[in-house]
Amino acid sequence: MTTTMTAQTSLTVEAFSAGRKPLAEMRDISIAFGGIKAVDHASLELYEGEVVALLGHNGAGKSTLIKILSGAYQRDQGEIYINGEKAMIDNPRDAKRYGIETIYQTLALADNVDAAANLFLGREIRTKWGTLDDVAMEAAAREVMGRLNPNFRRFKEPVKKLSGGQRQSVAIARAIHFNANILIMDEPTAALGPQETQQVADLTLQLKKQGIGIFLISHDIHDVFDLADRVAVMKNGRIVGTAKVEDVSKDEVLGMIILGRCPPGAIPGPGALVD
Amino acid sequence: MASGMDKSAEPAKAQEGTFQGFLRATELDTRLLGMIGALILISVCFHLAGIWRTGNGIFLSPRNLWILLVQTSSIAVMTTGMVLIIVMRHIDLSVGSLLGVIAVIMGYAQVYVLGPWLGVGHPAIWILTILIGLSAGALLGGFHGYLIAYAGIPSFIVTLGGLIVWRGAAWAVIRGETVAPMDERFELLGGGPLDASIKATGSWVIGLVVCLVVVLAIYLGRKSRQKFNFPLRPMWAEIFLGGIGCAVTLGTVLLVNSYYFPPKLANEYAERYNIPIPEDGFLLSKGFAIPVLIAAAAAIIMTFVATRTRFGRYVYAIGGNPEAAELAGINTKRITLLMFGIMGVLAAVSACISSARLNAASNALGQFDELYVIAATVIGGTSLAGGVGTIYGAILGALVMQSLQSGMTLLNFDSAYKDMAVGSVLVFAVWLDQLYRRRSN
Repeated sequence: MTTTMTAQTSLTVEAFSAGRKPLAEMRDISIAFGGIKAVDHASLELYEGEVVALLGHNGAGKSTLIKILSGAYQRDQGEIYINGEKAMIDNPRDAKRYGIETIYQTLALADNVDAAANLFLGREIRTKWGTLDDVAMEAAAREVMGRLNPNFRRFKEPVKKLSGGQRQSVAIARAIHFNANILIMDEPTAALGPQETQQVADLTLQLKKQGIGIFLISHDIHDVFDLADRVAVMKNGRIVGTAKVEDVSKDEVLGMIILGRCPPGAIPGPGALVD
Repeated sequence: MASGMDKSAEPAKAQEGTFQGFLRATELDTRLLGMIGALILISVCFHLAGIWRTGNGIFLSPRNLWILLVQTSSIAVMTTGMVLIIVMRHIDLSVGSLLGVIAVIMGYAQVYVLGPWLGVGHPAIWILTILIGLSAGALLGGFHGYLIAYAGIPSFIVTLGGLIVWRGAAWAVIRGETVAPMDERFELLGGGPLDASIKATGSWVIGLVVCLVVVLAIYLGRKSRQKFNFPLRPMWAEIFLGGIGCAVTLGTVLLVNSYYFPPKLANEYAERYNIPIPEDGFLLSKGFAIPVLIAAAAAIIMTFVATRTRFGRYVYAIGGNPEAAELAGINTKRITLLMFGIMGVLAAVSACISSARLNAASNALGQFDELYVIAATVIGGTSLAGGVGTIYGAILGALVMQSLQSGMTLLNFDSAYKDMAVGSVLVFAVWLDQLYRRRSN
């Protein structure tokens, strides 16, 4: 309870007045690779049932920032709070324990094993003798894949033989099967056709309704603007600003991405261009 | 391209040959069938060549096949680990030298330490020797694994260094001398002495137990798939698979039981157990040799580890996509360390078999074994790119290699020509495999 109190005192004024506490809060995060500051004092929060689009050019640092939250990278500086409590996230296992699931741009699938094995990779169901319970895992895979992609039948084949959309469904299934409360989607529709992109959009809205907080990462504003509640823009490793989508236009967000100029409707960050 | 294939799929299905339908129903691996076909072809060719050269074929005699199995066992044990090492995108070039150094450590221990200490022939010697060997294997293999996983040195370099270092160490332990003889009980692991094979009755018991397990596994597998309403294999396919499994097992038992001890040893055995010797001589079947049983046990255990445990699943996942495995929260370094430790233990098991079979330990034991092990693994369908490989394939690969060698020995080839043939077959087999993969993709 005391930790919740300390967390609440640090909330932004706007969020505090709304009476909500963030699901996830990254505070003053920095990471450098060989002298290059990939993320430079970035802070970002995510609320329950909220979709935040994290935008920026390639190399702006958005994937890196999000990989710190998912445990893939270890930050040099900064703190992460989950549900108001300080979280120790040093590797992907830690992140998953906090209910943070990630769909990586590369999908991060082991191509040589089947859908169920990928779905449960690192969290296998085991029999009472400690051996893999493949049948139970296949049953669960059939259930969750049935919701995402009802036509999917190729449970016995290595995922390398699947189509791009089917592979994407496996990666999504893995993220949602374990009751995530924070979902990170890194360029989720980059490799998909229009119909599959629409499926991902529908799924995003459905998950949002369940109260899951979602980070959508994209370099293309058109992919995410209609789905997002808020946008956050990064440039050169720093946050240019954050804004509710109803307070800014697409062109203004483009200005943030390209020039780093923060429009009046946005809350400027450390990366905002000072005129 | 894809749509064109979709269109042709329907008529193709209608006229799908009985063979394709059979393969689909039984879920048999075509590559496995190819390997078995190659093995049969090699055997028959050598047999016919033997008839042509000498008037009587020896290759397919129970005696030769029994010896072939014993000769394969040391390499076969190590291939079961090498498959998983290569699947993980690593390599272990040091297994032959590890075998050598562990063999001389065990030889030294039983001849110079345990023998004088406990008294020669003490029943604890062989157990202590094996424990020393297995611990040495785990330690040395684990040390390789540590350097690879935590110090970040490529496995090729670590084990290339190991290949040189441990061969030197093997010499250093005993200053180049040959340690002999081994403890009497330890020697049984090599399959040479009278008691080193389990005779007819024991072999039948093992054969029947294996049949029972095969049938039970098929039955339980079907039941659990039924429980979840998964698609099932057709009943005839299940019966066929069970039937083949049992037939191969019982056929092997029949084979090893058709090779008899020489009359002198048989009579010695009869005297020892007061069995009356019949008029027309006492026929004593050899049955399974202990090293063959050890290799079979290694294959079963490692197959279990590879397919039924989390460890095995992670080994394959790391081989398929190391980054994905890391992101899935798998401790890839620990798995690497463990895998090389297991490889060391398997090299120690092979060291037991090899030194017991020779009834001596020398620093040259296991020389070039790493090459035969890797060759057998690759012939058995393991991809050097990682992620793909089976233990039964590697065992078949080891059998193919050994068949070629012993076949050529029976035909009196010089060992130089044998080496040339075996090396060529390795390259040829990998080429065939590439063709197969390109077609199936």
